[in-house]
Amino acid sequence: MIQVLLFARLRDQLGAPVVNLTLSTPATVQDLRQALQQQFAEHADSLAAGQALVAINQSLINDETAVIHNGDEVALFPPMTGG
Amino acid sequence: MDVIKVQTDDFTVAEEYQQLCQTNRNDGAVVFFVGRVRELNQHDSISRLFLEHYPGMTERALSDIVSAARARWSLGRVRLIHRIGALDIEDQIVFVGVSSPHRQNAFDAAAFIMDFLKSQAPFWKKETLTAASGADVSERWVEARHSDTQALQKWNDLEMPDSLP
Repeated sequence: MIQVLLFARLRDQLGAPVVNLTLSTPATVQDLRQALQQQFAEHADSLAAGQALVAINQSLINDETAVIHNGDEVALFPPMTGG
Repeated sequence: MDVIKVQTDDFTVAEEYQQLCQTNRNDGAVVFFVGRVRELNQHDSISRLFLEHYPGMTERALSDIVSAARARWSLGRVRLIHRIGALDIEDQIVFVGVSSPHRQNAFDAAAFIMDFLKSQAPFWKKETLTAASGADVSERWVEARHSDTQALQKWNDLEMPDSLP
């Protein structure tokens, strides 16, 4: 199982700050995305690559084949708008 | 040497400037930038802003951005403050201050830090829109701009000659 932290618009859309996914580890970012898109089919577009960014252990990941291990801190969020 | 803060409290530019300058005999250049909340965004009137962040990752991302700037330019002091939480029109959002022996390094590093901060540090703005009557009408998450990612590309392009054999 993977616990996914959600922020900003994505958290509002999915309706919770944390989502538990039944996905066995190790899994790729792509696996994570697909599992989320299945569970939240109405928000599939917002969860697509480029729309939802992924951080593993608080580092931004730009590789869909990157691997998530058991115990990793995983987060999904929209493109950032600081400054 | 680096001061990086994520805080709800406001900051005072004069104090930050003094921190960049006092007992600093090496640096002949100080450049700073202040980002503020403006009233108009995409032709809509805004009454206030809320800044959300990802605690932990934010500090790490800002620290990485400052380290990248230090790797690129010879810098003295760097001070970076980003506010979070509820902000009003005209409030200060962000302070980036850089000192260096010479001005070009300071100008470039401050611009670099701001460009990366806008799209590589986990902050998100939610704005409250106002009707002509002055009443709050709705809230919306600010969408990332293509121009912000283009701003990063500019630095990558500049980096290319260095990587050539």
